[in-house]
Parts: sequence; C-alpha cells; structure tokens
Amino acid sequence: MALLEIDELKVGFHTEAGLLRAVDGVSFSLEKGRTLGLVGESGCGKSVTASSILRLVPVPPGEILGGAIRFNGVDILRLPAKDLPSIRGKDVAMIFQDPMTSLNPVYTIEKQLGEVLKLRFGLDRNAARARAIGILAKVGIADPESRLTNYPHELSGGMKQRVMIAMALACEPHLLIADEPTTALDVTVQAQILNLIRALQKDTGAAVLFITHDMGVVAEMCDDVAVMYAGRIVERGDVHAIFKRSQHPYTKGLLKSLPQKGAVKKAALPTIEGVVPSLLNPPAHCRFADRCWKRKRLSDAEQKRCFSEDPKLRVHDAGLVACHFPVTAGEQP
Amino acid sequence: MSNTSKTPLLRVEGLKKYYPVRGGVFAAKVGDVRAVDDVSFTVAPGETLGLVGESGCGKSTLGRTIMRLEEPTAGHVYFEGNDIATANKSALFQLRREIQAVFQDPYSSLNPRMTIGEIVREPLVVHKVGSKAEQIEAVRALLETVGLTGEMLDRYPHEFSGGQRQRIGVARALALGPKLVIADEPVSALDVSVRSQILNLMVRLQRERNLAYIFISHDLSVVEHISDSIAIMYLGRIVEIGPAAEVFAKPAHPYTRVLMAAIPVADPDQRRTTEPLKGEPPSPVAPPPGCPFHPRCAYAIDACRAAVPPLEPVKAGAPNLELGREHLAACIRKHEI
Ligand SMILES: Nc1ncnc2c1ncn2[C@@H]1O[C@H](COP(=O)(O)OP(=O)(O)OP(=O)(O)O)[C@@H](O)[C@H]1O
Ligand code: SF4
Ligand SMILES: [Mg+2]
Repeated sequence: MALLEIDELKVGFHTEAGLLRAVDGVSFSLEKGRTLGLVGESGCGKSVTASSILRLVPVPPGEILGGAIRFNGVDILRLPAKDLPSIRGKDVAMIFQDPMTSLNPVYTIEKQLGEVLKLRFGLDRNAARARAIGILAKVGIADPESRLTNYPHELSGGMKQRVMIAMALACEPHLLIADEPTTALDVTVQAQILNLIRALQKDTGAAVLFITHDMGVVAEMCDDVAVMYAGRIVERGDVHAIFKRSQHPYTKGLLKSLPQKGAVKKAALPTIEGVVPSLLNPPAHCRFADRCWKRKRLSDAEQKRCFSEDPKLRVHDAGLVACHFPVTAGEQP
Repeated sequence: MSNTSKTPLLRVEGLKKYYPVRGGVFAAKVGDVRAVDDVSFTVAPGETLGLVGESGCGKSTLGRTIMRLEEPTAGHVYFEGNDIATANKSALFQLRREIQAVFQDPYSSLNPRMTIGEIVREPLVVHKVGSKAEQIEAVRALLETVGLTGEMLDRYPHEFSGGQRQRIGVARALALGPKLVIADEPVSALDVSVRSQILNLMVRLQRERNLAYIFISHDLSVVEHISDSIAIMYLGRIVEIGPAAEVFAKPAHPYTRVLMAAIPVADPDQRRTTEPLKGEPPSPVAPPPGCPFHPRCAYAIDACRAAVPPLEPVKAGAPNLELGREHLAACIRKHEI
C-alpha cells in the first residue's frame, strides 16, 4: 500500500459564473521516501489538489465533488472533522510560498515552535526550547537562541521560510507537502532550502509532494513528475522519462519553450499559442486539443478523435499519458 | 561580437542613489541605504544589457534612477550626450519620450479604470502627438504590432490574460517611439509558455525598431537568451560586466559563479552538486567594508576587507575597448580563481 493514494479527486468552487471544476479527476500515489513533483501553469489545480490532502480547501465556496484521498489506507475526505488535527501537522506537514500562511504574527518563534513540539511529543517547556534551538540551527538559522524571542516580522523572507520549514521538520512528518516553497526566494537562498528539504527527507524517509512551476527545480528535486493541465493530470512518469522522452504534446511544448543553454541567442523560442480552456465549462474532448501542435499534424480523421473523445490517463511506454496520439521518439514541436 | 565602434546610446557614470535612514526621537538621519552605489556602464543602440542580481540588490532602483523617477544622489546618465541626471524639467520631458519602461506585474501596472485604448494612447496625449484621430489610428497599429487586435481598444485590463496585459504594457511603452526600453522583470510573473511569447515579441521589436533594452531579471536563463551584454549587481554595485557570452562562459567574480551554480537546470542529469552559498545578502544600510561580497565569499582574504575592489579587465593586458564591451570584474583575486 502506498503512503498516499489519490483516487479520481474532484474539487469544485461555486462562483457567480457557475461551478468551476478546479480539479477534475486527479489520481496518483506516492510511496514513502519518494518525491513527486506536481507541475503545470498557474490555475491548473496544483494547490487545490495539495490542500485537499489536508482538507484545507474552504467549504463553501469549495466543494469536494468526488474521489478519495487515502493516507495510510484511511480516506481523509471521509474523516470526521474532529479527527483532522491527528493528521495535520503530525503525519502530514505543509509548507507554502508565503510563510505567513503558517506563521502567526502575534507569537514569538519560541511560542510557535514550542507549541508544535508540545503537541506532537508532549515535551515540557525546557525540553521544547532545547529541541527548538536544535531545529533552528539545523535549518541554517544563525544564532538560533536569540531568534527564539523574535516575532515573524522581524525576520527576512528567507529566514521566515526556514522557520516554517523548521516547524514542518519539528513534527517529523511522514508526508511533506511543499507548495512553491522557494518561488519567492532568491536563487542562492532557494538552493539552501532545497538542500534542507532533501536532507530532511534523507533523515526521516518522508515522502514529499513538491509543487512548482519551475522545471529546473523539478529536475533537481523529484523522482517522479505529474504534469497537470486544466484540472487534470496529462502525464506522469519518472523524472528522466518526463524530461528526456515526454509523451504528452503539452509537456513537450512546455519544455521546448524554455530558453536552452547554448542555443542561438535571441532565436525565436517555440511557444504554445492560445489559452487554457475555461474550467467553468471544460470541453468533453481533449482539453489541450485547440492548442496542440501534434494534433495539427494529424489526418482529419485522427483530429476528429482529438475533438470528440476524452483521452484517459493510460499506461504507455515508460509512463502514463492522457493523449490519443502520444509524441513519438524524435518528434519535435 | 557586435560592432565596437558604435557610440553608446546611454552612458551611466558613477551613479548613486542613497535613501536616508532615520531614527531616534527627532527622526534624524542616522545613515543611508546605498541602493545604488557608484554604478557605471553603457548601452549601445539596438542592443540588450541584462541586469542581474538578487532581491534588494538595487536593480529596480537603478532602472528608476536612470529614468529619473528617483532623484540621483550623485553621478550622470548621458542619453545621446544629454545628462538626464541634471536636465531641467522641459529637457527631461523631451528625454522621457526616448526612454520608456515595462514593468513586472501586468496586473498592477495598468490602470483598471482605463480602457486598453486609453492606456496605450495616454503617452501620446501627454506629449501632444498628433490629432485624436491620428492617435487612435496609432494605437490600433501598436496593438497589432504586439499581436493584439484593434477591437480590443474599448475593453478593460481585467478582461485580459497576464500575457495579453504584458503585450499591452509593451504597446504603451512603444507609443512614443523610444530608443531605449527599461524592462524590469517583464516576464517573471508569466507562465513558461506565455513567457516565450513575450520574449519573442521583445526580440522582434528590437530588430524592427533598433530598440535598446535594459532587461532587469533574476532569471539567468532568460537573460542569457536575450542579452548582448550582462551586468551582475550585488548590494548596490556592479561586480561583473561584459559581453554576455564571455561572462556566461567564464564568470570571473566569485558571486557570479555561485549565482550561476545555484540555478537549477531543467535536466535531471545535471543536478547541482556544489554546496550552496551560505547566509543571505547583508543589509544595504550597513554594507560590509571592502568588497561587498567578502562575508560570503569562499576566496576572501584580508585585502578583500580593506577596500572596495575596482571594476577591472578580466583579461590581463586586454585592449582598452569601449566601456561595456570589455569584460570587467570587481574582485582582487579574479586572476587566481
Ligand atoms: N523608497 C525607498 N526608501 C527606502 N529604501 C528603499 C526605497 N526603495 C528601495 N529601497 C531599498 O533599496 C534597496 C534596493 O531596492 P530595489 O527595489 O531597487 O531592489 P531590487 O533588486 O530591484 O529588488 P527586487 O528584485 O526584490 O525588486 C533595498 O534595500 C530597498 O529596501
Ligand atoms: S489527444 Fe490529440 S489534441 Fe489531445 S494532446 Fe493528444 S494529439 Fe493533442
Ligand atoms: Mg526589483
């Protein structure tokens, strides 16, 4: 049994314009000790998927429309609300792009970190303090003892991010969900934080769900990758397969549109024309069809299939792909 | 490499922008934030200077001070020989036609209560260029140039995607036919697939109109793609500058090296192996004495703490090329490392 199993998850939001299907049938599983990268353009449903795992989607306007999220075999979506604290911040910890999502501005670092340690391990004040100092040092905070008395606003962005990671670390979670944890940081600080997450994983054997739109970070951090597009996973595979032999035209197009090292300066970059379909009323056929470069090269009969039949995520070669006509070796956008 | 005999379009000399730090009961000045500290470089017509550095290093302030949206504390900004830094009001008004800006956030940089037509036309109105009918015709043409259509004239910014809004920002910047566009993180807020569209647009416009760009970004792969020359900033100062190909191939300043090494490559076979740089950039309020990078530098020696190293040629005995063509680094150990 995998540590985390998400099965046909569907999450919607009731908006003035109607029901917005933010996540529309997402399935994946994550094993202990592995890192899965969840990538895709803004609005494709990455964060809603992640926050569903902790039942952090606000209801209303949000609504879980279907599916299951099994953590150690228990369906989190069917857990009574009173049992949620037994999961949050204990077995599962989450870090965010904005550290103030997890830090409370009116408490000192000692109070917040201490609270976590008291709840999780039943430590008394002195033991919690000693442990907190150790954890802060571990996440690379200089002079941790004096930092304990600081309030979050007295710390730089990088330091707040470290404190948030320290709080996640402190619970020794089995699953760490990291939602764009380094997007707001400078690259040199990002490199430190990424190292930290890796070290945590090595020490504890935790599974990590890593959400980012930065393909460089994915390549560096992840064992497996799931690519999302318009509320769905369109491709899943191990990181080498995704980067070297991507099978979905969207994944291939995304990777090709990055400036390549050593390419001709100012040469036109491949682009993906058009826009993502509306999630208020998504098409019943392939959601990428109107933008798809591969489709344009197909026969009329084949194209008809792209515009009539919904491609299901299925096993193909080394991974899973949701496309009727997966990209073949050597084929380029 | 590009033509070395070109005279520069823009020549920045010893530019400084300090902000006072106030403290105490009487809010007396207790120090300075040295946001931009003694910066010099040139930009040739039709070329791109990439300006790279981490947050707070002064990139944006430098861009704003060049346009004199901030009053410089010291130094000169010569645009085709005229000093923007000391120009009077009417001269400045004329100079502003030649230098335009594009900003990072396409959501907040466009006035939500103005239509697209009004937004793009505004600079023409302010500078009284042509009749109203001519202005509207010009706006239509501009929108088409950036890949939008004339029908969008009467619509409002919220009806457009991030990429479309950035195109609108570019159209507005082009309205007065500038020779230099200062683009501050113009693609950082955009998704990857949209980013490449805007980069392609900027390259095309540069070719068609012989535009020069100062392209401010923290994303080195984007900068490498679009820049002819590149300047690396750290704590208000340029620590390395030169032709982009040379700086990328042989970075000379230790900071440039760690910056390049810290960037994750979109290839799982090229995972970073080096230890990341320790610590965070020091505060520009109390910059360390000597080389601003020495507290974090693996190569620092006593001499590095004594004086700010000057920007000097990386190649010993290099020909004295025009400033901006030469590869310079501000590190006293650049020849040893
Ligand atoms: N109006 C101001 N008053 C005081 N300090 C300022 C002001 N504007 C900028 N600064 C300071 O000047 C320094 C440089 O700021 P600037 O915004 O130019 O950096 P940047 O490199 O562009 O940062 P980012 O990439 O985060 O936008 C920072 O330390 C900043 O806090
Ligand atoms: S199913 Fe057709 S349109 Fe959709 S991604 Fe595959 S080839 Fe493209
Ligand atoms: Mg800036």
